[in-house]
Amino acid sequence: MNKQITLTINGEARAVEVGPTDILLDVLREKLGIKSPKIGCERGDCGACTVLLDGKSVRSCLILAIEADGHKITTLEGLSRNGLTPLQESFLKHSSFQCGFCAPGIVLSATELLAKHPHPSEEEIKESISGNLCRCTGYKPIIEAIAAVSNARRKSV
Amino acid sequence: MGTRIIGKRERRVDILGKLTGLAKFAADYNAGHQLYGKVLRAKHPHARILHIDTSKAKMLDGVEAVLTAQDIPGEKVMGIVIKNQAILAFDKVRYLGDGVALVAARTKDVAEEALSLIRVDYEPLPVVSDPEEALKPDAPKIHGNDNAFVHHKVRKGDMEKGFAQADFVIERKFRTPCIEHSYIEPEAVLAEPAEHGGVLITGSVQNLFSSRRSVAAALKLDLNRVQIIQATLGGSFGGKDEVMTSMCCRAALLALATGKPVKMVNSREESMLESYKRHPYVLYYKWGAKKDGSITAMQCKCIADGGAYSSMSPFVTWRSVVQATGPYYCENVKTDVHAAYTNNNYTGAMRGFGSPQVNFAIESMMDELAEKVGKDPLQIRLQNGFKTGAVTATGQKLTHNVSLLEVLTKAADAGDFLAKWKKYRSAPDAPKKRGIGLACSYRGVSLGAEGVDAAGTIVSVQTDGSVIVSSGITDMGQGAQTQMSQIAAEVLGISMSRIRFMNTNTSRVPDSGPTVASRGTIMGGSAAKKAAEIVRETLLGVGAEMGRLTPDQCDLVDDFLVEKATGKRLASFAELAAACFASGKPMYGLGWYKAPHTSWHEDEGTGDAYFTFVYGANVAEVEVDTETGKVDVINFVTCHDVGKAINRNTILGQFYGGVAMGIGYGLLEEFDYEDSVPKQLNFDEYLIATSMDVPPIKAIVVENEDAAGPFGAKSIGEPTTELAAPAIGNAIRNAIGRRVFEIPATLERVLLGHKLSRKGERGSARKEIMAVDSCKLGRGAQ
Repeated sequence: MNKQITLTINGEARAVEVGPTDILLDVLREKLGIKSPKIGCERGDCGACTVLLDGKSVRSCLILAIEADGHKITTLEGLSRNGLTPLQESFLKHSSFQCGFCAPGIVLSATELLAKHPHPSEEEIKESISGNLCRCTGYKPIIEAIAAVSNARRKSV
Repeated sequence: MGTRIIGKRERRVDILGKLTGLAKFAADYNAGHQLYGKVLRAKHPHARILHIDTSKAKMLDGVEAVLTAQDIPGEKVMGIVIKNQAILAFDKVRYLGDGVALVAARTKDVAEEALSLIRVDYEPLPVVSDPEEALKPDAPKIHGNDNAFVHHKVRKGDMEKGFAQADFVIERKFRTPCIEHSYIEPEAVLAEPAEHGGVLITGSVQNLFSSRRSVAAALKLDLNRVQIIQATLGGSFGGKDEVMTSMCCRAALLALATGKPVKMVNSREESMLESYKRHPYVLYYKWGAKKDGSITAMQCKCIADGGAYSSMSPFVTWRSVVQATGPYYCENVKTDVHAAYTNNNYTGAMRGFGSPQVNFAIESMMDELAEKVGKDPLQIRLQNGFKTGAVTATGQKLTHNVSLLEVLTKAADAGDFLAKWKKYRSAPDAPKKRGIGLACSYRGVSLGAEGVDAAGTIVSVQTDGSVIVSSGITDMGQGAQTQMSQIAAEVLGISMSRIRFMNTNTSRVPDSGPTVASRGTIMGGSAAKKAAEIVRETLLGVGAEMGRLTPDQCDLVDDFLVEKATGKRLASFAELAAACFASGKPMYGLGWYKAPHTSWHEDEGTGDAYFTFVYGANVAEVEVDTETGKVDVINFVTCHDVGKAINRNTILGQFYGGVAMGIGYGLLEEFDYEDSVPKQLNFDEYLIATSMDVPPIKAIVVENEDAAGPFGAKSIGEPTTELAAPAIGNAIRNAIGRRVFEIPATLERVLLGHKLSRKGERGSARKEIMAVDSCKLGRGAQ
């Protein structure tokens, strides 16, 4: 039986009717037109569908849409509504991504990390994106860009 | 030559949308009232198709078309070299990824239900899954009467004499694995009937012009009625060629059969099941050498698993045969590379293109030779390595700057190679032991004597001074658009922010061949340079009139027309563009670049195979757990001569990404089969390097400008990934005193020297093969 759920997506309240087995990722992409979460493996291995659920990174391919009822969801589209975040700026400056298919997931994983740990160690950075597969970059330009945000914050304090 | 934009860490031209979520990948495209296309795939890796009954599927509500091979109006088979790959199988299925029928339906669920209603009667045939088995006379035949479909050779000198001169002979056998490209974006297209006949396809296509040729042939359309637009491509690595061609053909068939847009997207499982792979090789190497370490004879035989279809095997194995003996002096060479059909996934282009396999063997052999004559790995390479003027195994004299010794020395120094190599070698037994390994290579740039090598790029200045660049060379993440933009900006004296690069559209740019063989910068970039020079000449002509000067007294600098002698600014670039438009002069340039001459004599196995070469060296430092066999890479040095670094960001991106993929090749990745049934179809079982697997990497960019490339630039995409595996293999040998002859160096191969797995019976002896459970194929994402 279908059910109407309410999500706060990127700050905007959205009501949507979903079936009991509808996957959050599909509802975001097909019913709500939010395309930045990508479909890479549909089993939680690649991390391309990562979104923030109440600030915590989750695989939207592993979550039923009804589980998200009443919760806040942030996707890549929502991050830059007031201009690019310092993290996005840093990725831009470092040209961290190549094909960019993993970027929506990695940007959100790193956003969560920096919200929790403003000055993460390199190991913490690596671990925070270890669930996001990237085939292009070898991760290094991504790790450097995340570390640069932390270093810039340190300097500005 | 002083440059303003070339060599700078300019921001990628395609990065902003990738960071804001606006970048549109193929699966992000939808059309109103689109249908969903699905493919019914083979039930057996090898079987005769007796009958296909689609009547029930056609009657299902919501189904708009069910097609089989007989519904293809034109050519039913595709193939760039040998046309033998069916768009939809009609006589036999030859591997589990073969498509048998197509469905277009109003929803995905209906499309999937319809697939389940199609009845296909098969007569299962004996399966062959090992290329060496496939070459035996009694093996089941995949196509025609012979599974052997490629044999390339190189012949130099006199082998008998070479081995007679040797003090000793080293003979070794190596194996390299089948590799899945693992682009994170699965294949996707949207095909729409075109307004005035034909079809418009938007998709994740790497080589749009070859895909277009097959779609046109299958649908009996002129090339100008098949328009393919490249969506932002979520990685390719050589992988979105034929598999996308067949998807384009299938979606176009459905779109024209129904008169409606049709979207097709592979799930990861469908992608891994159907897509082609990097060839697994078996390599037999036999070298004769003298006590002083010089090599008197090199004999190599490689057998490549070509899988079910020819695909790019003839070209991949050709690069192998040219490069099979590495950048080393030897007067007597005999190399044979064979490819055989099997019932495995067909194998084709993947980053490296025939070099990762032979490099693993060559560089392992080099260390074996060093060991035998009591030299260190650096010494043996410096002794035998090519210098400028060297003559290769194919008889080609290398007249460019051969920088092999330079990259070797720089990589070894940066990794503190010699000191560590000596220390680790004599370290006492311990639960964890470290080792360090060195590997180097030379690599022919671009297509070489494979075929016509030319490309076009268009530079179009707008009346406000903004610039649109487009090319037949495509970007799949490697940065081709950025490099071409930088080259155009340099020539026009403008900043990068003025440039927008348009994704490739087959109807709007010239056929520039495939974007493969690390030819993006050298070919597309050379064409961009020419295009910009054409526009520059016009602009300077107009500018000279404005300033009452001659064109050679003017220059374009920092977005201004200036007087060359004084630097005085005469007009902004925007004013100049407007003036040019007002004067009725063309502000559009098509640059066309044709590569220098190459040659190949297939019968003699000799030739000037490539117009120039690149050189690289890697150092890998590992820690081996001697109790479990687990290997961690703890440090890495990657050093490559790139000619000229157009953009350090994109260059380093290639360096690091290449190393990560190379570590996967050496330690993690293997697309494995049991009797041609793939054992892994998603990233839970097919493991690629994560952020935790990549060690600190020191990257050293060496620049010896080459006359063949734009501003001296050469190639870097593939060289970066072809050396990590042998460097790791040599490091393992240094750590534990034993060599792995098969990669990936998994725990059991390191500890036991072989793979721990049930040995499947010889496929041809088996009648019943377990087909892949259709529920394993995923939901079929859209």
